[in-house]
This record gives sequence, C-alpha cells and structure tokens, in this order.
Amino acid sequence: MVGVLHILAQETGGVDAAAKAPNWFMTHAYIIPMLCVASAVLTLAFGKRTPGRGSIYGIAALVVGLVLALGCLVGIAQGSGVATDGVHWFTIGGFSVDAGYYVDGLAATMLVVVTGVSLMVHLYAMGYMHGDKRYTWFYFVLSLFTAAMLVVVLAPNLFELLVGWEVMGVCSYLLIGHWYEEHVNSSAAIKAFITTRIGDVPFMFGIFACIVIAGGTTSNIQAIGQAVGVSHDTVLVTAAALLLFGGTIGKSAQFPLHVWLPDAMAGPTPVSALIHAATMVAAGVYLVGRMFEVFVTASPEVLTIVGTIGAITMLGAAILAMVQDDIKRVLAYSTLSQLAYMVAGLSMGETGYSAAFFHLFTHAFFKGLLFLAAGSLIHAVHSNNMSDMGGLRSKMPVTFVTMLIGSLALAGFPLIGGFWSKDELLVTASTGHMWLFVMFLVTAIATAFYTGRMLFLTFYGPYRGHAEPHESPGIMTGPLVILAGATIVAGFLGSPFTHYVFADWVHFGEPEVHSFHGAIAAICSVAALGGLALGWLLYGPKRDRAVDPIERGIGPVWGVLQHRYYIDDFYFNGIVRPIRDTVSAGVYWFNQNVLDGAVNGATVVARGGSGVIMWIDRTIIDGAVNGTGTLMESLGKALRRVQSGKVQWYAVGLFAGVIVLSLFVFNR
Amino acid sequence: MIRLPLVLVFAALLFSAGVYGVLARRNAVMVLMAIELMLNAVNLNLVAFSASLKDVSGQIFALFVIAVAAAEVGIGLAIVILLFRNRASINVDEVDLLKW
Repeated sequence: MVGVLHILAQETGGVDAAAKAPNWFMTHAYIIPMLCVASAVLTLAFGKRTPGRGSIYGIAALVVGLVLALGCLVGIAQGSGVATDGVHWFTIGGFSVDAGYYVDGLAATMLVVVTGVSLMVHLYAMGYMHGDKRYTWFYFVLSLFTAAMLVVVLAPNLFELLVGWEVMGVCSYLLIGHWYEEHVNSSAAIKAFITTRIGDVPFMFGIFACIVIAGGTTSNIQAIGQAVGVSHDTVLVTAAALLLFGGTIGKSAQFPLHVWLPDAMAGPTPVSALIHAATMVAAGVYLVGRMFEVFVTASPEVLTIVGTIGAITMLGAAILAMVQDDIKRVLAYSTLSQLAYMVAGLSMGETGYSAAFFHLFTHAFFKGLLFLAAGSLIHAVHSNNMSDMGGLRSKMPVTFVTMLIGSLALAGFPLIGGFWSKDELLVTASTGHMWLFVMFLVTAIATAFYTGRMLFLTFYGPYRGHAEPHESPGIMTGPLVILAGATIVAGFLGSPFTHYVFADWVHFGEPEVHSFHGAIAAICSVAALGGLALGWLLYGPKRDRAVDPIERGIGPVWGVLQHRYYIDDFYFNGIVRPIRDTVSAGVYWFNQNVLDGAVNGATVVARGGSGVIMWIDRTIIDGAVNGTGTLMESLGKALRRVQSGKVQWYAVGLFAGVIVLSLFVFNR
Repeated sequence: MIRLPLVLVFAALLFSAGVYGVLARRNAVMVLMAIELMLNAVNLNLVAFSASLKDVSGQIFALFVIAVAAAEVGIGLAIVILLFRNRASINVDEVDLLKW
C-alpha cells in the first residue's frame, strides 16, 4: 500500500496548478452519510428481528462508505479540486440555507478516517458487546453517531454542520451512558453533554457572527471565507473566531472544558475508541480547520490564545496521564494532550495547517487502535486498572504486538505513525514559534514516558489480577491488526518516502514545501526514546510495584495530580453545587407551595363539583328514570281494568269506536 | 215497488235491534240471534241497492253473506254447546276468565 501511494504521489507530482474535475466519488459523497443514516434506521426498525441482532446494517453501510471515501481520496490524490453542490433547504427572510456537500482534501481524508475507524469499531463491538442487553440499540446509536460526524465533515454551510454537531452531542450522551444502571455512568453522560453544551453556546453566537460578516444572506463556509477576506470589521471577525473556538474547546475537550472527556471513559470501550479517534473530539479541531479563513484573518491575538490553550492542555493532560491507574484514563488524558497538539499546530497559522491535520489523521488510527487494544485487555482481566494487569505479553500475543505498535506510534518512536506528524509539527514550530517548540518537545517526552509506563505495567512483570486472562476472539483482534497496519501506512503518508503526499492533499492556501530536517528528526527520536527509557527505568519488570515510583518521588504533589489539579472539584463545588442547590431549593419551594397548592386546590374543587354532580345524578337523573318507571306502572294498573274478560264490553268499545270514527269521517 | 228510503230505514232499525241484542242480552244463543239480525239488515240493504241500481252483484254478495252466516251460526252454536257442557250455563257475563 505504501508503495502504491508512493507511485501515486510521484505521478501527481505535488503542486498541480490547474485542478482536475472532481471524480464520481467526490460528486456523490453525500451518499456516505445517507448510507449510515439508512443503516441506523434499519437497525432500529428491524435490528432485533435480524440474525446477529442488527449489527450487520451498520457494518455493511460502512464497508460501502469506506470504499466511497477511498474513491474520494483517490480523486484528491489525482489532483481534483473542490466538489460542492447542494439543494435548497429553507429560507428565512433573505437568509437561505442549502443542504449539500463540500469535498476537498481535508474532507476526503476525514471521510476515510471516520468510515475506516468506525468500521473497525463496529466490527470490534460485535465481540466486545456480545450478549449486551441493549446490543441493537448500541449499534443504532453507533451508526447515527458516525452519520452525524460524516455530516459535519461534508457540511458546506454552518447550519448543516451544526445539525451534525448536535446530533453527535446527543449520541455521545447516549453512548457514554450506555450502562446507565450505574450512577457513575449516567452522571458521566450528563457531565459530557452539559460541558460540551457550554461550548456550544459561544459556537452558536460564532455562527451568527459569521452570518453577519457574510451579509446575513448565507451561512455557506466558502462565502463566509470570501466575505472575511474583504471585511474591514476586524473586531467582528476576531469575535467570530473566538466564539467559534469556544465550540472547539467544548467538543475537543480543551482546557478549561476538558473535564468531560476523562469521565467519558464510563462508556463501553468501543465508544471511547470512536469518540476519541474518529468522531466527536476530532470535530472540534475540524471546525477550526474548516473556518480557518476566519482565524487567520482575525487579529493575531486569537491564534495566540488558541496556542496558549493548546499548550496548557497539552502538558497539563500529559502530566495527569502519568499518574493514572485506569488504563482508559491514561489514554483519555493522552487524547486531550494530542488534541492540544493539533490545536497548537493550527495556532501557528497557515504553515501549521497541514501538519496539524496530519497529526489528526495519524492520531485517529493509533488512538483507535490503543483504545480497542485496551478494551481487549479489559475484556480479558475484567478490570480497567493497570494494577490488576501485568505480564500479559505471552497470554495475549496479538493484543500485545498491536498495542506495542500503537504505543510506539503515540510515543513518536522513529518511523512509526505519530513520529512523522510530531516531526512535522516540530519542524513548523522551529521557525518562529520557539515557545511552542519547547512545549511540543517537553510534551513529547512526557508522552513517551506515560506510554512506556502503560506498556510496562500491563505487559511486563508478574500478573497481579484475579481473572483468568485469555486472548480475545478473532472479531476483536482482527480490527486491531488492521488498525495497526493503517497506523504504519498513515504515518508514511507524511514522510519523505512519499514526498509528503499528505500535505498535497490537505493544505491551506498554496501547498507547503516540506523537506526532511535531520536534526529535528533526531531530537524527536531522542525525546521518544528518552521518555520510553525513563519509563523502563521506573516501571520496568524488576521494579517494586507496591508504591508508584512517581508517588514516592513527588510526595504531596501526587495528591494534587490525583485530584486533577482540583479543577473538577472546583467546577463541582464552586459552580455546579451552588447553582444546583439554589435551583433545587427553588424547585422544592415551587413544588411544595405552587404545585402542591394547585394539586390540593384542584382536589377541593373536584370534590365540591363531584358533590353537585352527585346531587344532580341522584335527584334529577335517577328521579327521571324512576319517575318514568312509576308512571308506566300506574298507567298499566289503571288500563288493565279495561280488559275485563266480558265480551260484550269489548263489543261496546268496538261500536263506540265505529261511531267516533264515523263522526270524524262524516264531519270533515 | 217499495221506495228505497223506506227499506233503508227498516234495515237501520233492524241493525239497531241487532246491536242492542249483542250488547244487552245475557243468553249466548240470543246474542248469536242478534248477530243474525245485523247480518240480515246488511243483506236487506245489499238487495235493495241491487234492485235500485239494476246491478246483480249486490244480490250475489247477499248470497255469500247468507252462506257465511250459516257457517258462523254452526260454529257459534257448537261453542255454546261446549260452554254449557263445561259450565252448566250459557250466561256470557260468567264467561270472563280471559283477562288480566
């Protein structure tokens, strides 16, 4: 595969001045999300009656979707321009919204990432979720989640993007709280939903600001980009950029709204893989890339703020990842840190664009792989805690090898996966962004260290758990192997071996010219190897594991880290509790006085009314009924005297009747 | 030829006598005879109108009425005989069991 792409890259030869017409796959890209929506509907409608309880629909849709997405990527690789089209959706006054698609290099690569990783998650979940009581429902939400992300990726305007964005929020809530019987899981779901909503408020206003910039007639992203270019209202553009970034902070879990993501580990592991690798968190970074025109046109302070938030999250999360015992939390903080890499990369402006999205691209594969591999471990030892693992290398060889590849990619081990993307980010930072360069490097060392710690605690030393570990079934290890292959291939797309073909696909403005910097690659390698070596030194198989070496070394700071710098506690005690207590007190008062009053008042009224109705019923209606009966009875008693049995009396009546009738007839 | 109104008045008187007999007599046989009076008053009318209008169908009706009256008297007298056998009385006032 690498070879094929290599040849492909040489043929296209990088810069292509006259863009070719988009191929069939690009002009029909809208089929991909539609397939996922259709599979979601089919799963919901017929899933429980289908053999295999409905997982087949989502998998079939994603297999086709992946093929179509690869077709789009081939179109981009052949030098196609942008494919976009749409149908009229609705109009409000002079403001009209289309429903359509927009495929460029960024969207095409994202399509491959989303369909590919989601397909692996769908397959993997067949094993991991086997026997779950809400299995069909799980697959329905999974398909809907994927469809929503695809809508975000393909959205040509901000309203369509918002639709996918919000559907994704709902799906993440449903998936994180999949096992809602446990209180921890349902509160994690609520926390994720509310925290991302806090980011969505500025995002909404950012959309409004963009529409105002574009003249109030369209929310088309291209039109906004052009309007921003000629806009003289720097303040408005700056405000729009900052507000849009609010959405990114929420969705991509950047400081200070990062708190939901580690708790989102309460969801089933395939969900974590999907949220962390392909959907949801990537959407935030993708938004910045889509609206990049706004960010680079706004005043430079915006990008400085973006970079600062990225830098804070990057290192803060990496440090927290060092002290976690729950393997999924290690990976969650790692995701925060790596997303911050991308955000910080984007903060470097046009030059960082390609590198940041290359990191998103490689990260999607290796983080998906790491989560699924962690799920395989959890499946085997029935615990999330690394203190219950250890020595699993020989018992789970496939999981070990694939997780090793994923970990090395995360750590930035030379030639594998994340090495190339981190290298590109460092190369970009080395020209004029020295402080980011230092942050990148320190975080890279920290990343390698906690990755090593994770590996050595799970696969080396003695086994410390209680369950009987065993290798996972083929339906789970298969996706791991495929993702491990994808991780290696993805890394090489941005290497000198393929002439940095990824930068030709995804770029902002003119494609950047990349070249190999031996010194920076060496620094990268040293950082990765140094971090891993430090991990081996502290957590290697010969070490005593009774007390964590870091805890011994740093003493009281350990407590601060275990409490996540007290940020969560501050939010809970400083914001959530006061508001919640006030609101609940108010609601209680309202309930006691207003609602109960209304209920009791209604009761009194109802009882009074029922008395009146009872009187009417007893007296008038019953009286009428009984009266009719009595009247008829007495009439009958009177009339029966007529039937005397005396024939001559009857004859009298007969003749009297004849006489009366005669009088009546003749007197007319 | 007797004038028509005389015959009609006579027939009406005869009919009235029959009605009186049916309503007032206690003896069942006398009631049956009163019915015969009423039937014959009708026959008289039929024959009188037949002669006056020169239409023979009235006389044919009269013959039918006579035949039916004969059958009626036959059944009526048979009932009276059965009544007497059962109750040793032919007083119609005493035959009043068919009531409430």
